[in-house]
Amino acid sequence: MSERLGIVVSGSLGKGMEVKLDSSASIEDMAVGRFVTIEGAKRRFFGMISEVSLGMTDQRLALTPPDIADPFIAEVLAGTSTFGTLHVSPTLVIGGDAESLLEGPQPVKTVPSHFSVVNLASERDVELVFGSEDAKRFFIGNPLDMETKLCLDLEEFVKRSNGIFGKSGTGKTFLTRILLIGMLQKSQAVNLVFDMHNEYGWEGSSEKGTKVKGLKQLFPSRVAVFTLDEENSRHRQVKTDFAVKIGYDEIEPADISLLRQTLNLTEQATEAVYRLRQRFGKDWLSQTLETRESEETRTLLDELDIHESTFQNLRRGLATIQRLPFIEPKPPTNAVKAILEHLDRGTNVVLEFGRYRDITAYILVANMLSRRIYAQYQERMEKAMAEDTTRPTPLVITIEEAHKFLNPEVASQTIFSTIAREMRKYNVTLLVIDQRPSGIDSEVMSQMGTKITCLLDNERDIDSVLAGVSGRNELKSVLAKLAAKRQALVFGHAVPMPVAFQPREYGSAESYRGFSERGKAGTKEDIEKLWE
Amino acid sequence: MPEAERVGEVIEASTTALTAQCYELYEIPPLGSLVKTGDSSAELYAIVYNAATTSLEPGRRPIARGKDETSEEAIYRSSPQLTKLLRSEFGAVVVGHKEGDRLYHHLPPQPARIHSFVYQCSPQEVREFGKSFDFLNILLNASLPVPAEELVSAALRQMSRAHKDPRAFLVAAGKELAILLSGNLNQLKAILGRIKQ
Repeated sequence: MSERLGIVVSGSLGKGMEVKLDSSASIEDMAVGRFVTIEGAKRRFFGMISEVSLGMTDQRLALTPPDIADPFIAEVLAGTSTFGTLHVSPTLVIGGDAESLLEGPQPVKTVPSHFSVVNLASERDVELVFGSEDAKRFFIGNPLDMETKLCLDLEEFVKRSNGIFGKSGTGKTFLTRILLIGMLQKSQAVNLVFDMHNEYGWEGSSEKGTKVKGLKQLFPSRVAVFTLDEENSRHRQVKTDFAVKIGYDEIEPADISLLRQTLNLTEQATEAVYRLRQRFGKDWLSQTLETRESEETRTLLDELDIHESTFQNLRRGLATIQRLPFIEPKPPTNAVKAILEHLDRGTNVVLEFGRYRDITAYILVANMLSRRIYAQYQERMEKAMAEDTTRPTPLVITIEEAHKFLNPEVASQTIFSTIAREMRKYNVTLLVIDQRPSGIDSEVMSQMGTKITCLLDNERDIDSVLAGVSGRNELKSVLAKLAAKRQALVFGHAVPMPVAFQPREYGSAESYRGFSERGKAGTKEDIEKLWE
Repeated sequence: MPEAERVGEVIEASTTALTAQCYELYEIPPLGSLVKTGDSSAELYAIVYNAATTSLEPGRRPIARGKDETSEEAIYRSSPQLTKLLRSEFGAVVVGHKEGDRLYHHLPPQPARIHSFVYQCSPQEVREFGKSFDFLNILLNASLPVPAEELVSAALRQMSRAHKDPRAFLVAAGKELAILLSGNLNQLKAILGRIKQ
């Protein structure tokens, strides 16, 4: 049943509608962010309350207030001489015209007529807009103050690069876990997660200190945990599938220039790397590290036009990389090949960093692996297009601390900005997790399909997340009023309109059951496949 | 339905108002009460706004008679002719009419006829008439010797008695008044002060 709130009295498409509250609706029950429907003569509109205010017919009432202590007078004046007004921004047309009936909610292009009735949106209306859980849609949480499920169309979601933002401790990790499970269950895409803090593959912990299950524990058959630090994984009793080792010859000059800041290299040193690569070929790193002080070296440097001090600076930096235990001159295994094999089988890969949580290791490994995987995808995709064969499984690469890869200075050098910009052409997209969105190149930000943001309070971060979104100012006030925990705002490609929501629970036994029950369909299929 | 109580007879009528004389001295319907006149095909509703008791002959004023009497009743007992020499009459402002089964809250096409009987409306008729508050506008805008706020509040008080939940009726009426009088807060306050319970 819909609850009548009032009638539209004025407004415009750009600024939203003014709604006069009926005397039966208490203004104190209204809340910013609630959904309403406006019953126009020909169309039904769907919108959100963005402001609540008080009005009166005669300003003299404000000067000589009536005796409200008398309940009779108070009751008579409420809703007549004194009344509440709502500001509602209609965003969608959800019925009435043929287009919205056939193709679902459409963006508004007009406003409801004068005195159209405004109702609180019913569960059915909200479901009509955000869809119910089905093969493609995944339940990610409830709109604030509502019981209805908010469902995200994950097929659409993975078609573009997406971002999850929020201050530290606002629930980004939990939200990411939920989304990863969603993608695992409801989309065709596979995930490659660069798990800097060892939170996604196996057990993580919540802020209260309780343990939270990882993906591998919930879906053992569909998730593989790769590790850079076997010892650490053993200590934590993680069942790993593969220990990643990286050979010297896999490191490219572009990786070094990306690490310029963290390795404290000079501009000249990064340029020298390219010359060394040209000279020595694939083996440049071991050759450079092997050079000793000799006449020969000096001649070489002269030949390459590299200054002595530049070379020393470079060697110091490269030595830092060399000291990383997972970097070996000739590793016995090929990590990229192993990852691709898993991804091809539809297994999601979580790469744990173990103790190597410093940003050098993370940037180096994430960039290097992604670049080579992306190159493989590009090749396969082009081949598939040329030969008209099956295309590679869509891949989503999840990276944390994204502003380190995607800041304006280095964005042009990393593979991630290419992925973010070229998007779906090669079936590879990004899921970016970050706490400083203002640090990310604006070009990359503008290409993101769906953004989910928890509380942000830095003005620049808010501006960069909301850049280019219609109704920015209204969203800004919603974003600023989010609770510090377990509340988020989602907007963009995968949702028909921006909505503040409370992510579903993750961490209790019941919540795990909820996730795996919905996964049952998938497991059943897996079993059926075994019999084929 | 019990026979409606007959209170008098029309002696003066216009489109907007009528004057009726009571059959019995002092048996005047209360201020603000709803009365009706006319036959069943075309009834006319009016609200009592004024009443007066005067001498039958306009030039002849009554004189004080109670000097030697002990009580007021004793005066009338010792001079029984008084009840015939004095008369009570009341004025009522026309607020609606009924044609067949339909009730209209606006002025009738014809005024009342002289000598037609005036009846006090039954509670059920009052409830039916009170379903719409359109008559309030007529009362507020009529130029009458009594202040409009007095008449409106008296009418509403009278009508509320016919309702099961007088307070709900008065609140609804108050809301209507708040809209009608949005530009005249003082009058609104005066009326609300007179009808609050």
